Order: sequence, then C-alpha cells, then structure tokens
Amino acid sequence: MSGSLLIRGGRVVDPTQGLDSSSDVLIEGGRVTACGPGLPAPENMREIDAAGLVVVPGLIDMHVHLREPGQEYKETIETGTRAAAAGGFVAVACMPNTDPVNDDPSLTEFMLKQAERAGWARVYPISAVSRGLLGRELTEFGAQRRAGAVAISDDGRPVWSAALMRQALRYARHFDLPLIQHAEELELSGDGVMHEGRFSTRLGVEGIPGAADDVMVSRDLLLVADTGGRYHLAHMSTARSLDLIRAAKADGHRVTCEVSAHHLLLTDEDVFDSGLDPDFKMHPPLRSVADRDALARGLADGSVDAIASDHAPHHPDEKELDFVAAPNGIVGLETTLSLCLDRLVAEGVIDLARLVDLLSTAPSRILGVPGGSLAPGSSGDVTLIDLEREVEVDPATFRSRSRNTPFAGWKLRGAPAGTVVGGRVIEA
Amino acid sequence: MSEPVWQRGDLLGVAELSRAEILHVLDTAESFVEVAARPIKKVPTLRGKTVINLFFEPSTRTSSSFEIAEKRLSADNINFSTSSSSLSKGETLLDTARNLEAMAPDLVVIRHAHPRVPHALAERLASGVINAGDGAHEHPTQALLDAFTIRRRKGRVEGLKVAIVGDIAHSRVVRSNVLCLTKLGADVTVAGPRPMMPEEPESLGARVVYSLDEAIEGADVVMMLRVQLERQARAAFPSEREYFEFFGLTAERLHRANDGAIIMHPGPINRGIEIASDVADGPWSVILEQVANGVAVRMAVLYLLAGTKSGEDGATP
Repeated sequence: MSGSLLIRGGRVVDPTQGLDSSSDVLIEGGRVTACGPGLPAPENMREIDAAGLVVVPGLIDMHVHLREPGQEYKETIETGTRAAAAGGFVAVACMPNTDPVNDDPSLTEFMLKQAERAGWARVYPISAVSRGLLGRELTEFGAQRRAGAVAISDDGRPVWSAALMRQALRYARHFDLPLIQHAEELELSGDGVMHEGRFSTRLGVEGIPGAADDVMVSRDLLLVADTGGRYHLAHMSTARSLDLIRAAKADGHRVTCEVSAHHLLLTDEDVFDSGLDPDFKMHPPLRSVADRDALARGLADGSVDAIASDHAPHHPDEKELDFVAAPNGIVGLETTLSLCLDRLVAEGVIDLARLVDLLSTAPSRILGVPGGSLAPGSSGDVTLIDLEREVEVDPATFRSRSRNTPFAGWKLRGAPAGTVVGGRVIEA
Repeated sequence: MSEPVWQRGDLLGVAELSRAEILHVLDTAESFVEVAARPIKKVPTLRGKTVINLFFEPSTRTSSSFEIAEKRLSADNINFSTSSSSLSKGETLLDTARNLEAMAPDLVVIRHAHPRVPHALAERLASGVINAGDGAHEHPTQALLDAFTIRRRKGRVEGLKVAIVGDIAHSRVVRSNVLCLTKLGADVTVAGPRPMMPEEPESLGARVVYSLDEAIEGADVVMMLRVQLERQARAAFPSEREYFEFFGLTAERLHRANDGAIIMHPGPINRGIEIASDVADGPWSVILEQVANGVAVRMAVLYLLAGTKSGEDGATP
C-alpha cells in the first residue's frame, strides 16, 4: 500500500500530544492513522524498526535558499532538498530571491514541480512581497497563495518602505499569509560586514550595529499594531529585537520569530578568532555574547518560536574572496539538527520536546502547512533521530552543492537517521 | 647559540610581534639610516631579489617609501596599482596568489582597502608578505617608523605619554601604533569626537578620552591623524571649521603637553584642519623625520624578511 508504513518501537517525542515514550507510529495513505504502544501490524505493511531511535514529527526548515532558478551553480531544488533530507528535514520553505525572483505564480508552480520531480522533501515556496524585490509594487498575494506559496517575504533585503509594509500587512490578511521580514535599517548597517562591537573595533572592520535590526523591528511592530497583520521576524539576532517581540506578543499581536542555529552558537568573537574567514560572514552578522545568551534564554522561555537554518549556499569560488568582498550566508540544512542536539539539548538549554516544537510544530503552525504532529490525522511526515551517533561536520560529504560552513570539523553527538515524507521512506 | 630574534617570513601586523621583535627591527633600522647620507645611496643587500609592490588602494607616500627602500637595497621591484590589478574585480585570493607566485617574487608588499587581505594572501603564498596597510586594521611599518622616530628623539619609548588624536574608528595607524607603543611600555591615550570613535574603543588597548585638551595634558608625544571629511565622515563631523575649533592642534593648546613634546603625523597633513601650520612647521614637529625614518625602517623590514624567506644570509649593510 503506497504511503503506508509502521514505525516500530522508537521513542516518540511529540509535543502536540505531550508524548515522550516508546510507541509505534502507523501511517496509511500518507497520513498518521495511529500512534501508541504495541500497534497491531496490518498485512503486507512495510515496517521500520526504530528501536534505539527517536521518532518525531517531520522537521520543517522554514528559511532556506534553494537558488533555483538562476543560480544553479550554488544549489538546485534537487540538491537542496536532498541536503534537507540528509539533514533530517521533511520540508523546507524557500525564499524568493531567485533569478528571476519568485514574484509570480509561474515561479511558485515551477518550484513545486521541480520539488516533486526531485522527491526528497516537501517544498513550500515563499512569494516576494514586492515585484522584483524592489520594494515598490506588491506581488499578487492571492494568485501566489493559490499557486502554493505559504508566506511572503523580500528576504535578503527588508521591506524598506513603511508605506509598502503597511499595505502588505493589510492585504496579506485576506489570505492569512505571514509576512516574513528581514529586518534591517540599511542606512544603519551601511558598509558594515560584521557585528559592531569590540571585535570589529580591534579588526578595523566596518560594523553593523544591533540597532540596524532593532530600529526596523520596532517600526514593523508599530505597523503590525496598526494593521493587525501577521508578522514573522526572520533570523532574529539581537537581545533588543527579542525584547521588542516579547512585548508585541504580550500585547496580543500576531507576531512570531525565528533564530538560526549559528546565531545561537557563534558570536563576533568567533569571527575574530577565524581571522575573518568568509564562512563566518552572514546577514545579520554573528552578534555579541550577550545577544547570543539572550536568544538562548528566548528559546527556553518560549519567546522564540522557531529555529531555521537560513541555508544560503555559495560556490566555493565566491567564498574564496576576502571577508569584505565575499557574499553573505552559510549552508545549514545538514548541520542544524546535530548542532541543536549537541549544543542545545545535550547542554540542557532546552529539552528534546521543545526542540521538536522549534523545528517542526511551530514552523508548521506559522506557515499553515501540514505536519508538526504525529497525532492521528496528521500528515505522515516523520524524522528519525539517533541521539548517540557521533558525527564530525565534513563539508566534503554534504549533499548540498555548496560547502560554506563555519562548523567544519565540529564533533557533534546526535544525528538524523532518516526521514519519512507522506509515509514514503526517504534515503538521501 | 641562542635562537635568532627574527624568524618571521611575513610582516602582517604588530599584533603578532613581540617586544623583542619590535626592538630588533628598530635596532636594525639604525644601521640603515646613514645610507641616505651617502653620496651613492645604495647597498647591495637585496641584489637579485624581486619585490612586488601591490597597491590595491591609492597610496603615494607609503608606496614611494617602500620603493625607495627597495631600490636602496638593490632589489628589483615592480609596482602594481589599483588600475592594473584585478582583485577588486572579483578575482579569487587563490588566483591572485597563483599569479604572483608565477612571477617568483621574494617579497610582496600589499596595501588593500579590506582588512586581513595581506594575511589571507600570505597563507597562500610562498614568498614573504609585508602588510602596507589593510583597511582600518593594521599598518605595521608605520607604527614601527613612528616608534623608531620617538626613540631617536626621546631616547626611549618606555614610560612616555603618547596621545593619538583624530578619526580613531577608521585609522589603521591608530591600531598598529597602540599595539606597538604599549608593547614598548608607553602610556597611550586615544582621543577624538564620539562619532569618530569605534564601539568599545577601550578594546584597542589605550586610555580613551573625548577632548583634545585632556589627551595632550602632560603628553610627551602628540600624534595627529589625518581627517578626511570628504567621504562618509561628513556624517561624523559637520565641518572642517568646527573640527579645527575642537580637535585641531594649535600652539596654544600644545602648552598643556610636556616640555619638549614632539608632534607627529602620518601624513599627508591637512593644514588648518587637524593641525595648525605653525605647529606642523614648528620646532616640536618631527613629521619630516618620520618620512625619512620610514625609508630606513622599511629597509630593515625588507632586509630581515628577505633573509628569512630565502634561507640565506643577506649581506649585512
């Protein structure tokens, strides 16, 4: 029977059911039909022995760049989704800064077609807010929604015009699309290439002050209050932005935020220690220890909603430039889960159920996409995790077409052991 | 036999240098000073060595100083400047390094607008690399020539009070000088208007003040930095007139400094902006000595590095 599977004897961790115990998960016709201990096996059912493994709702990376169409030398939908599967993700939401920009339903349809052809993971295209990401005219949110887009964003750059932002927040309400904002006040970030602080001072490097993010977040939240729109803050990097988000949530606004694994684990001191290695360059930049610690507290206290990789592949030749000249961004699909297991869960920053919430349940809820739960009726998307397996990050083994990671050589305990998408076992 | 003090093949920054290494460069430079006074200003020390001067950013002063130093050491030198270089057009560091390597230079002198480009190229090159200024990061030969000038004038560096005044955020001269002078035991203060100060300026390793008068109070050395209000610094300070009013060094203000204080400037000076003409031209000014000493210090650096990388003993001067 297609899309059917029995996953036996794993430790099922599902925050939506308050479940953390040895259970079986039965998937039939692409959906979870039962979840509990000692389920009877229907005839001719494919079984997976998950003894010794953790079984969780399929992980969803809500912020990736797949580069197709236009920059296939960096990544394609095929290689990017294979990297996702290898990294334990059953689904990714891909940003619209492709070439051409995803500002038209034909692009959304193309991406979905390519994803289906590849078959490694689900892909949820994110539409541009503005045509060509130019910040002038809105894209057709309704047509994009109908074609399969799950959110709107001009990621890579902020929705700069306050007037356009206000109209986008208002119009997106018709389609219940979250507006995902790359919050950056461009005049404050200026020519900056790393966090402005003691390490940029010592290096004589132009800095990006935390205020560049905070000023834009602050403006946006006033517009959210004004419009009642849904706002999701991408790759939040500062303590002040988190405080602003907390306050907006307390006021009852429809606001969520994500943090990338690298902002939780690295700081501007790592940039300094790397000797300005371009694999430590990203937007927003790696911030101060105080910012990093505040974000980690936000994970634990629930004010951070999701963890995303901000997977941003670049060809090795592009990162073989000096730090100032090199492009922003690092790959993350194949490192995020192990980093979180080893540095957040094993270190006691958060527990496993909270991690599943951050990497699956919350992204599913924010984007309004299937999954995030193993309760009967949920989509049959599962991630298997081996908590004991020790891995060393080796970019040469990445399924991604790019290798740009600051985590090369890191030894981590805990790794993905496979994914299931709609009851289909994925072997990446 | 004890280890030789100088074993480096590259001079990338003062950050990496020990006090002993700095002193060794200064001592070596002493022996090159008199070359400039000879009728034939040339020694055969680097005969047969090739030096490439790679200036990705316009520079007259530093590039000519290096060029003269190289010529006086009898090296063969080639100059590449911004217009003829391609790194800025997106050539990878590895390609730049390979292309240089193909010409088999012994030393490469690099100036670049971006921090740590010389460091990155040094990792990829077999030949020695001298950092002639990388963005606002380091300018080690400038700091060495400044320390050399101070030592010649004052007889020592240790225990002296040094004030460095100007656009601290965007100055490579400041970073290398603070590192160099504190390693030699000086007491360094940096000063400038707040919009020209970097974040957490104390992390540079000097005392920080925000007034010129406070900085030069009791100073033995006052180093003024060139202010460039023409570019983005316009947002950092309203006008040259106002800069001179609050941060320009005048004879009147200089009375707060110690007797016999010397005035330094990496050049080129802006008369009437960061420094009054009578101060720049006055008896306390050592600005032109800095220029002359720059050649001797760069000769010393070239000599020391050529000796290390080639693995043979260069002829002593």
